[in-house]
Amino acid sequence: MTSTVKSRQTVAVIDYGMGNLHSVASALSHVAPEMNVVVTSDPVVVAAAERVVFPGVGAIRDCMAEIKRLGFDKLLREQIATGKPVLAICVGLQALMNHSEENGGVDCIGILPGNVRFFGEHHKDAMNNPLKVPHMGWNQVNHNDHRLWADIPQGSRFYFVHSFYVRAEDQALVAATCDYGLLFHAALAQDNLFAVQFHPEKSHTAGLQLLKNFLHWDGKA
Amino acid sequence: MALAKRIIPCLDVDNGRVVKGVQFLDIRDAGDPVEIAKRYNLEGADEITFLDITASHEGRDTTVHTVEKIASEVFIPLTVGGGIRTVEDIRRMLNAGADKVGINSAAVFNPDFVKAASDRFGAQCIVVAIDAKRVSLAGEIPRWEIFTHGGRKPTGIDAVEWAIRMAEYGAGEILLTSMDGDGTKQGYDLGVTRAISDAVPVPVIASGGVGNLQHLCDGVTQGRADAVLAASIFHFREYTVPQAKAFMHAQGIEVRL
Repeated sequence: MTSTVKSRQTVAVIDYGMGNLHSVASALSHVAPEMNVVVTSDPVVVAAAERVVFPGVGAIRDCMAEIKRLGFDKLLREQIATGKPVLAICVGLQALMNHSEENGGVDCIGILPGNVRFFGEHHKDAMNNPLKVPHMGWNQVNHNDHRLWADIPQGSRFYFVHSFYVRAEDQALVAATCDYGLLFHAALAQDNLFAVQFHPEKSHTAGLQLLKNFLHWDGKA
Repeated sequence: MALAKRIIPCLDVDNGRVVKGVQFLDIRDAGDPVEIAKRYNLEGADEITFLDITASHEGRDTTVHTVEKIASEVFIPLTVGGGIRTVEDIRRMLNAGADKVGINSAAVFNPDFVKAASDRFGAQCIVVAIDAKRVSLAGEIPRWEIFTHGGRKPTGIDAVEWAIRMAEYGAGEILLTSMDGDGTKQGYDLGVTRAISDAVPVPVIASGGVGNLQHLCDGVTQGRADAVLAASIFHFREYTVPQAKAFMHAQGIEVRL
């Protein structure tokens, strides 16, 4: 059973009914067995946690509908404002932007300035070869010197699966880029918030290192 | 810099054991799925596919537990296929820790199931598995049909047209198994792999027939597959995943090393 040692830190993985959160939770537990990882939809539990993870898979329309219905847009703003470390993953990142082209256009939470765009039906690389969409698989990430990249070699490969990509308005927010026919933003960072397009929980060594770095991060840039 | 071609070891699991047959017959035991999955994860496999070939209900429950165990120790994507017929089957597998599900026969009997599944869970987790067999004779324009029930039942459906339709219905990926090649170690059917890969906008995984590392390369370069799947060459230690990657890399194929 879970011990009740008071000093044990809690990581809350926000559950809004979209997709498989067990992978995220088990990867977090794997890199930090000393921490208490909870998958929760209870705002009180989220507020009491020292760290928050905001995942997401699936279509943005359904995700945003659930986020709004549960009041998690407001909860996220409040949690980020406390200064505690927050990590957003995949559609979690996309939901933080202003607007997404998916599902005919969906307004998102608007914590990070920028938009979410479609790779396109006839996406091509620089040599004019067709590229498959979704962008699915292991691609190289070029990152800045943010502390969440500690011990992760430049150009490491992470696992992506997405048809829409993020473009931040402010270059200063860009913590990593990735090339798939075009250069898109693979990670954004703003103070105590770090958000990634790839799935660290599915990215083996490099991904687990990033999660470990997040769990030891004080939230300061 | 480019997206890496994926190498996917495949576990055919019957009642909690990994097995491998030749053209779906002559089954041979290859070990414990959790141990084997952990080994592939450690070796640098890019993904793992788990095909549940169990017929019984008891076996299905075993599968859920096995998927749970694998998912808690393996931090690369996991696809689970075999016997996925309802939205509830999908939910069960995703809750057990699968990242994607493979839909095969159920798509043929009810194509709208693929639409419903993709709408509900997102295209990123819906893999449509196609078992194709060459039906044209030598000298004719090549044509492949899809087969169900482990390759026993012909459907009269053209494999390339079917793949296009499945992508339109919301499949995020196509897992293409050549029935002629499966278990024979003669290499993928590069004709059908190329035909489908060129025809659909979504990634295609080549499967069926790998006997050596050159076959993996051919699947990518000639078949234009985005990922290559193999079972027995890895299970029986003929080659390791790092050997496969080094071989492909040496031929100029982008892989995750």
